[in-house]
Amino acid sequence: MAAYLVRRLFLVLFVGVGITFVTFFIAQVVPTDPAVAALGENAREEQIREFRERYGLDRPLLVQYGIYLRRLLALDLGRSLRTGRPVAEDLKEFFPATLELSLAAFLVAVALGLPAGVWAALRQNRSPDLLVRLFALLLGSTPVFFLAILLLDVLHRQLGLLPGPGRLDPYLIPPPRVTGLVTLDALLAKDLAAFRDALHHLLLPAFVLGSASAALLARMTRAAMLEVLSQDYVRTAWAKGLAERQVVLRHALKNAALPILTLLGGLLGGLLSGAVLTETIFSWPGLGRYVTQSATSLDFPAVMGVTLLVGVVYSLLNLLVDLLYALLDPRIRYA
Amino acid sequence: MRRLARRFLRNPGAVVGLFLLLVLALVALLGPGLVGDPLEQNLLERLKPPSPEHPLGTDQLGRDVLARVVHGARISLGVGFGVVLLASLLGTAVGLLAGGLGGRWDNLLMRLTDVFFAFPSLILAMAIAAALGPNLGNTVLAVALVTWPIYARLVRAQVLALREREFVEAARALGAGQGRILLRHLLPNALTPVLVQASYEVGAAILTAAGLSFIGFGAQPPTPEWGAMVAETRNYMAEAPWAATAPALGILLTVLAFNLLGDGLRDVLDPRGR
Repeated sequence: MAAYLVRRLFLVLFVGVGITFVTFFIAQVVPTDPAVAALGENAREEQIREFRERYGLDRPLLVQYGIYLRRLLALDLGRSLRTGRPVAEDLKEFFPATLELSLAAFLVAVALGLPAGVWAALRQNRSPDLLVRLFALLLGSTPVFFLAILLLDVLHRQLGLLPGPGRLDPYLIPPPRVTGLVTLDALLAKDLAAFRDALHHLLLPAFVLGSASAALLARMTRAAMLEVLSQDYVRTAWAKGLAERQVVLRHALKNAALPILTLLGGLLGGLLSGAVLTETIFSWPGLGRYVTQSATSLDFPAVMGVTLLVGVVYSLLNLLVDLLYALLDPRIRYA
Repeated sequence: MRRLARRFLRNPGAVVGLFLLLVLALVALLGPGLVGDPLEQNLLERLKPPSPEHPLGTDQLGRDVLARVVHGARISLGVGFGVVLLASLLGTAVGLLAGGLGGRWDNLLMRLTDVFFAFPSLILAMAIAAALGPNLGNTVLAVALVTWPIYARLVRAQVLALREREFVEAARALGAGQGRILLRHLLPNALTPVLVQASYEVGAAILTAAGLSFIGFGAQPPTPEWGAMVAETRNYMAEAPWAATAPALGILLTVLAFNLLGDGLRDVLDPRGR
C-alpha cells in the first residue's frame, strides 16, 4: 500500500512537471513578444531590455525552463507579467472563489444527478425514466454559456428572483477573509445576512456549471443501477420482502457505487477547469477569469501556474478516488 | 451489417439523431447558397423581430440572423469533424504504438497521455489559441490537442486485449511482421469503440470550440460562428432574444444529434454498454 502510494504520488509529480513543460513550450511559439505585450507598443528599447532581464526572458530557453523548475521546488511560480505580483499570491487570491463555485456545482450535480439516475433506473422505460433521459440529453447538449445568459435574463432580469453577477451584494460588507470561500467566511463571522446573500449569489452559477455534470451523472447512475438491479441477489432481496428503500440503498446503490465514484472524481476535477466560461459570465473573481485575462495578455507564467495547480489537483482527486475504491471494495488491494 | 442497421433504426433516439444530422448536413452544404450575405449590415433594420423577410430576425448590426446561423452550421460541423479527425488519428496512432510495442515504449507513451489527460482542457486550448493567435484553424488544432488522449487509451486497451487472441497468433505464425500485425490485424478490430467515441466527440468538440469563440479565443467577429454570435448578441437578450437564441439552438441541436447518434451506435456495436 505504501509503495503504491509513493508510486502514484510520483506520477502526480511527473504529470505536474509534464504540464509545466508543455505549457512552457506553447508559450514559446507566441508570435508576439511578451515584453511588448506587457509594456505596450510604445515602450522604449531599454525598457524592453530591462523587462526581459527582470523576468529572465533574455536567457536561452532550456535555461529559462531549468530556472522555472528550480524555483518551483520552493513553490515559487514566478511573477505574473500582467499583475506584476508573484503568481503564487495571485493563485491564493483567486483559487478559493473557484473552489467555492466548483464545490457548489458539484453538490448541485450530485443532488440532481444521483437521485434522478436511481429513479430512472427503478422505472426503466416508463415516464420517469424517459423524462430523466430527455432532460439529461438536453442539458448535456446545451452550451453552458447560453444557459447562463438565458437564466440570468429570465431569473434575474425579468423575474428578479435571483441576484445577478458577482459573489456578494455590493452594499453588504464582505465578511473578513479566512478561507476565501465567502459563504464559509460569513458563517465563521456569524454574519447570517452575508451568508444568505452569498448563497443566493452562488445558486445560479453553481447550477449552470453543475448542470452538464448532473446530466452525465444521471446517465451513468442509471446505467450502473440497471446493471445491478438485474442481478440475482437484488431479486432475492425483493423476494425476501425487503422494503424498496432497503433494496435500493443497501443492495443496489452500494454495489453500483464504484463506476459512479470514478465519474465523481473526474467531475470535480473537470468542474475546476470548466469554471472558465461560467466565471466569465458571472464576473466571478476566480481562476477561470484570471486565466482568461492572463491568456489574453500572453502572461504565460500565470497561465502555467493555473494549469499546474488545476492539473495537480485533478490528479490528486483521481488518486483519492482510487484509494476510496479499496475502501469500498475489499477485493481491491493495491500492491 | 444489415442486422446491425435494422437494430440501429429500431432505436427512436438514433433515428432522430440521424435525421437531425442529415438536415444539418444539407443546411451546411446547400444552405449558404440559398440565404443572403451573413456579413451584410443594415443599420436601419437593427434588432428586428422575425418577419417573412428575416425569418429569424436581425441582430444589433441589422444582419440577417438566419443567414448567419446557416453559414454557422458549415463552420461548426467543419470544426467538429476537423477536431475529431485530427484527434482520433493522433490518439489512435499513439494507442496503437503503445499497445503494440509494449514495454518501455508503452510506459513512455502512456505517461505522456496521462499528462495531456490531466491538463485542464479548456485552459490548455485557450493557451494554445492565445499563443498561435485566435482563429478557427487554431481552435481546431487546440481542441484536437486536448482530446486525443481519449482515443489513445481506448485503442491501447483494445490492442492489449486483442493481442493475445488466436487470429493474431495465427498471423504471427504465418510470418506476418510486427507492422503488418499492428496495421492489418489489430487496428481494424480496435476501431469499433473509436467510432462510438468519435460520434460523441464531434458534439463535444463543437461545444468546446463554441465556448472558446464565446470568450474570444476562437473565431473572431464578424465570422458567423455560433459561439461568437452568442457572445456578440448576448447584451441584447432583453430587446432581441432571437439574435442569441438562434445560434445557441443551432449548437444545441447539433450536439444533441451527435449524442443521439453516439447512443445509437453504442447500443448496436457494444451491446454491453447499456
